[in-house]
Formats: sequence, C-alpha cells, structure tokens
Amino acid sequence: MSLLSESADFAGPARAEAAHAAIEPSMADVADYLALLKPRVMSLVIFTALVGLMVAPTHVHPVIGFTAILCIAIGAGAAGALNMWYDADIDAVMRRTARRPIPSGRVRPGEALAFGLTLATGAVVVLGLLVNWVAAALLAFTIFFYIVVYTMWLKRTTPQNIVIGGAAGAFPPIVGWAAATGGIGVEPILLFLIIFFWTPPHFWALSLYRTDDYAKAGVPMLPVVAGDRETRRQILLYSVVLLPIAVAPWALGFAGALYGLVATAAGALMVWLAWQVRARREAAGERPAKRLFGFSILYLILLFAALLAESMGGMFGRIAA
Amino acid sequence: MDERFPEDGIVLTEEQKRRRRARSIAIGLALGALALLFYVVTIVKLGPGVLHRPL
Repeated sequence: MSLLSESADFAGPARAEAAHAAIEPSMADVADYLALLKPRVMSLVIFTALVGLMVAPTHVHPVIGFTAILCIAIGAGAAGALNMWYDADIDAVMRRTARRPIPSGRVRPGEALAFGLTLATGAVVVLGLLVNWVAAALLAFTIFFYIVVYTMWLKRTTPQNIVIGGAAGAFPPIVGWAAATGGIGVEPILLFLIIFFWTPPHFWALSLYRTDDYAKAGVPMLPVVAGDRETRRQILLYSVVLLPIAVAPWALGFAGALYGLVATAAGALMVWLAWQVRARREAAGERPAKRLFGFSILYLILLFAALLAESMGGMFGRIAA
Repeated sequence: MDERFPEDGIVLTEEQKRRRRARSIAIGLALGALALLFYVVTIVKLGPGVLHRPL
C-alpha cells in the first residue's frame, strides 16, 4: 500500500467524523452564548465607556447615550467571543479557562465564530447608523486590535503581549467620548493612557500566581519568559509611571479636587502594594500579588467613579441653575 | 448503511429541543429589541419633525 492511499484511507473516516460532528445538533444553551461575551470584562468596558461619554462637554440625549453604550458593550462581547474562538486550544489546557463553553464542548468553534462576527458587525453598523461613524470606526478598530493584533499575533509571540494588547482595553472611554462629541480630545486620551499603564501591573500580578498555567499553554507571559524577579520589577515600574498619569486629568484642569484626591491616594496605595510584591517575594508567597490584583480592579473603578461623580455633580448643578 | 447517519435524519432529544427553543426565543427577543431601538431613536432624532412630511 502506498503512502498516498494510506493517507487517503485515514482521511476518509476522519472526514466522515468531521462531517458527523458538523451535523450533530448543537447543545449550546443561551447561558453558554452569554458566557462567550465575557460579561465581567464587558462590565468594565461599559463602565469606562460610560465615563468617557459622560465627561464629554456636550449634551447627549439619554436614548442616544444608551444606544452608544449598548453598541460598545456588544462590540466588546463580540471581541470576547472571537477571542474564545481563536484561543480555544489555549483555554483547554489552562485551569482558569478550561470550563469555558468551547473547550468544555458546549459550543462548537464555528458557532462561536459566527456569533462573534455577527455581533461585531451589528454593533459597528448600528453605532454608525444611530450615533455617529467616528465612534463606529473607533469601535471597529478596537475589535480588530483585540482580535488580530493581540489575540492572533502578540499573545503567542511576545512577553510584551499585554502591554501593547492592553490598548484594546483602553479604547472604550475614547469610543464613549467620540459617541458624544463626534471626535477625539486630550481628555479621553488621558483616560486611555490611565487604562493602558494600569493593564500591565494588573495582568502581571495575576500571571505571577498563574505562571504554571501560562507555561503549560505555551503563552509567553512575562513571568514565564523573563522570570518572577523581572516581572515584579516591571510591575513596580508601571505602577510608579501610572501614578502621575492618573493625576494628570486633575493637574491639567480636566477633573476636580475629588478626582485629584482619589487618584493620588489610590495611586500611592497601588505603588505601595506593587512595592510589597517586589520586596516580599519569597516570604509572603502569592499573597502580595493577589492583593495587588484585587486592588488594581478597585483602583480603576474608584478613579472612573470619581470622574463620573464629578460629571454628574456638574450636570445636576447646571440643571439646578 | 452508516449508523451515524440514520435514514430518517437526525432526531433531536428533548433536551436538544429545549435548548434550541431557548436559543430561538433569545434571537427573537434580540431582533424585537433592535426594531424597537431603531423606532425610538428615529423618534428622538426627528422629534416632532417625524409628522411633517410632504404628502
């Protein structure tokens, strides 16, 4: 038997198996599709985009504002679904992600791809038609950046993956601002920079106690490639750089005293926790990294909540006057 | 005949039928919400002008 016919014999049943899998009725539930949208990531995207929209110096009709946030949320969810489609092989070997809908077999990769593409296209088109095309183009670029630049390219090739890829998560306030104003200003770029410099310490703190998982999946996260010590050094470095950037909206007069106070106090605490991660590595085990990871989420929420509170305070002030 | 491809086609189990129905309802609700959204935004954008059109 020739090698060719042998491979043909092998390909026959394999093709039949694939065809059989393709016609096997879907077992996906609505909850599985919702899980594809990464609701927890989506909630942070909604919040930061809402702040971008609210701090803009223009009045937005509540219905238009709601439409913009809805489209941004669905666009973020679509990016999550496409990320899970492409990363299903990585997700299957990592403890944290093995129970996701695709690796657990509840949703087929093709279903997730179709779902993600439909939602991404729908979100961009609806945002363009009902709000404005600048915001729609920025949303499309954000989804492209997250899927093609981060997921398909950087994530598997460089330890700088989440530094550059973090830009995708930093875009929502700019999209929110663009939805309100139809353009881009210095203020949303500052919000972008805050999330951009916040992402590395946030993710590296998590990856410090998930190193085995990332190594098993072959993802070149910084602790896997450069080691624990270098990661802790970089976490501190980014946290120190983040502090003045986070205070800048107040220093430049875009935000009020409340924000300035929150950004300074929370930033100082973030640097202190990052210093703890750097200084107490062996003795304290994973605790400082877990503490920094937990606080980093609260840090971002506090900063953006302060901006939102000031913006709403100003709005009520204008209405009362 | 290949037993994986029965002659009478694929027969869904009760659980598969339940999940398909849930997915269909979700799609229907999403499309309904989209139609409602377009309607409301049209009213908001045009305002009273929605009634002023040449006959």
